Amino acid sequence: MLDAPSQALVQVRDLKMYFPIYSGILRRHTGDVKAVDGVSFDIMAGETLGLVGESGCGKSTVGRALLRLYDPTAGSVTIDGDDIAKLAPEALRLKRPTMQMVFQDPQASLNPRMPLSDIIGEPLIEHTNWNAERRLERIYELMDAVGLNRRFANRFPYEFSGGQRQRIGIARALALNPKFIVCDEPIAALDVSIQAQVVNLLEDLQDRLGLTYLFISHDLSMVRHIADRVAVMYLGRIAELSPRDALYSRPLHPYAEALLSAVPEPDPNRESSRSRIILKGDVPSPANPPKGCNFSTRCPRVFDRCRVEKPDLVQVEPGRLVACHLYAATTNPAGSTGRPGATTQAKAEHNQQGVSV
Amino acid sequence: MPDGGQAVLDVRDLVTVFRTRGGEVHAVNSVSFHLQSGELLGVVGESGSGKSVTMMSLIGLLPSPPADVRSGEVWLGGRDILKISPAALRDLRGDKVGFVFQDPMTSLNPVFTIGNQIMEPLIRHMCLSKAKARVRAAELLELVGIPDAASRLSAYPHQFSGGMRQRVMIAIALACDPDVLIADEPTTALDVTIQAQILELIKELRAKLGMSIIWITHDLGVIAGIADRVMVMYAGQVVEQGPVKALFASPQHPYTRALLKTIPAITGPREERLQVIEGQPPILVATPVACSFRARCPHAFDRCHAENPVRRAVDGLPVGRGHDVACHWTAEAAHA
Repeated sequence: MLDAPSQALVQVRDLKMYFPIYSGILRRHTGDVKAVDGVSFDIMAGETLGLVGESGCGKSTVGRALLRLYDPTAGSVTIDGDDIAKLAPEALRLKRPTMQMVFQDPQASLNPRMPLSDIIGEPLIEHTNWNAERRLERIYELMDAVGLNRRFANRFPYEFSGGQRQRIGIARALALNPKFIVCDEPIAALDVSIQAQVVNLLEDLQDRLGLTYLFISHDLSMVRHIADRVAVMYLGRIAELSPRDALYSRPLHPYAEALLSAVPEPDPNRESSRSRIILKGDVPSPANPPKGCNFSTRCPRVFDRCRVEKPDLVQVEPGRLVACHLYAATTNPAGSTGRPGATTQAKAEHNQQGVSV
Repeated sequence: MPDGGQAVLDVRDLVTVFRTRGGEVHAVNSVSFHLQSGELLGVVGESGSGKSVTMMSLIGLLPSPPADVRSGEVWLGGRDILKISPAALRDLRGDKVGFVFQDPMTSLNPVFTIGNQIMEPLIRHMCLSKAKARVRAAELLELVGIPDAASRLSAYPHQFSGGMRQRVMIAIALACDPDVLIADEPTTALDVTIQAQILELIKELRAKLGMSIIWITHDLGVIAGIADRVMVMYAGQVVEQGPVKALFASPQHPYTRALLKTIPAITGPREERLQVIEGQPPILVATPVACSFRARCPHAFDRCHAENPVRRAVDGLPVGRGHDVACHWTAEAAHA
């Protein structure tokens, strides 16, 4: 954090989130599910970082650990100057207004027994000493901002459609003027025609309020639309972190390449002419990841080194970080020996990014 | 079969209504379509558009009450299967019609082995002995690309991953060599790389077995890659139907057009702002008397509020055979 660039709102360094496994009659600690296993990245102020990957790759866990909905096993998460991972409970509570979350399932993340005005107003009761009148004013303001009719203030969640419920979730996240919002699959539960409405709303709010997003999704075409930079995760680690256009036009990591080639396109002519990389097999268990590169068991371009040594995330082209031995020749030698080299490079890259974005 | 020579399945004016405490819900409103031998018909629509309910009505999979298949004809193998007895229908399901459900986690029985579940239709419909059924089950598992098939027969569903379970579901559906395979969102619960595996498998199986398939999905990308013909459903009705290339190249219904535009592209120029379809799908409390899409349609005019459009041909071929659309609005009218 000492020489951190001023533009980075969120800095994640070597974040690890292990969930212990207890087994046997004595419930001994026999292993860990390594959901997130050493992840580092920065998010610039005002930027949208897309976080993509398949189910079980740890993308939601990253989002939750960032806001300390989980206590991380190791690593640091610096948001707006404070290390969230180490804050004391009261300090964390006072920090909460800066960072908020929009959850995946708008059905499950709203209390069914609370009317809309209470759901949106609860953060205000918790974090401000405003009177009821001032709170209601703010609730109306938020409802206007997300496109909900003021007359709905006393309705309950079941009276709303999926898209409207997601708007309620967004209004609640905005209540305390946060700087940083983690959007955890905010559109996954919605129909195609409603998804676009919610994504447009998120973009409008970002423009107006200068928000910074971590946009977690498995929908690669939507991430291409909304994100400035994209991190591709595989089995608890970042495989590639690149600016959006560079990643989608020429993915460097073999997994990113396979993932992008697997996305079906709504165009029969292009679909019939497209060559697709079909990955064999399934993702290994995060409780027992491969010894070398996590992707080595399915990688079409695997070679000996991949099976014994985990690649570090290093810069291989300006602004592009890749964790793959294929690019070892082009990287700084410091990159392959450990994280410090990688981190410095990451910072250098982010400086450039901060200027260009 | 009444007409159409090689149609394996012919559905006419199917109407399904749910009786609920809040009144009737008209989930399927006069849906007609047919499936040619060896073709893959893609059915697209949003949740609640009636695509699953239509297919489940065909083979009597909906619990009644609340569901009531009120009218229509479903011709399969020379019979109207809406009029046959429940016992005859049971003989048909799993034998002439295979079904692959959306969620492979919940559609396999967790307390029976994989082998047991693949053997069940073989013993029930083809009257194979247990030993023969076991051999055939192993062949089927191999066919759907599960390595070391013979030994995996004694595994339980929880030992399989999502993609493998969906392969098992496909093996079960294919067990009795059905005339029609209905796949209800078979890849929706899967990751994209696993989805790509399953789509590849279906393409291989079609080349090998020449199956006739109805593929339900909300993903237009999936449809573009595998379907021969597409049927777009909205509010329990078929709003557009046609060969896949014609439909994607020149979508006729405003809903189809809007749907294609709301999806951001993965290649090519990136749009600055997504197109949206404003509003919500209607609640189907009665038989529609006007166009169901009128409230969200940018082209709606007087007639749309007064009369429910019937399907009309776009390319001169009879409705259902070529490209057709249920819409009053025409491009010519707009230009005039």
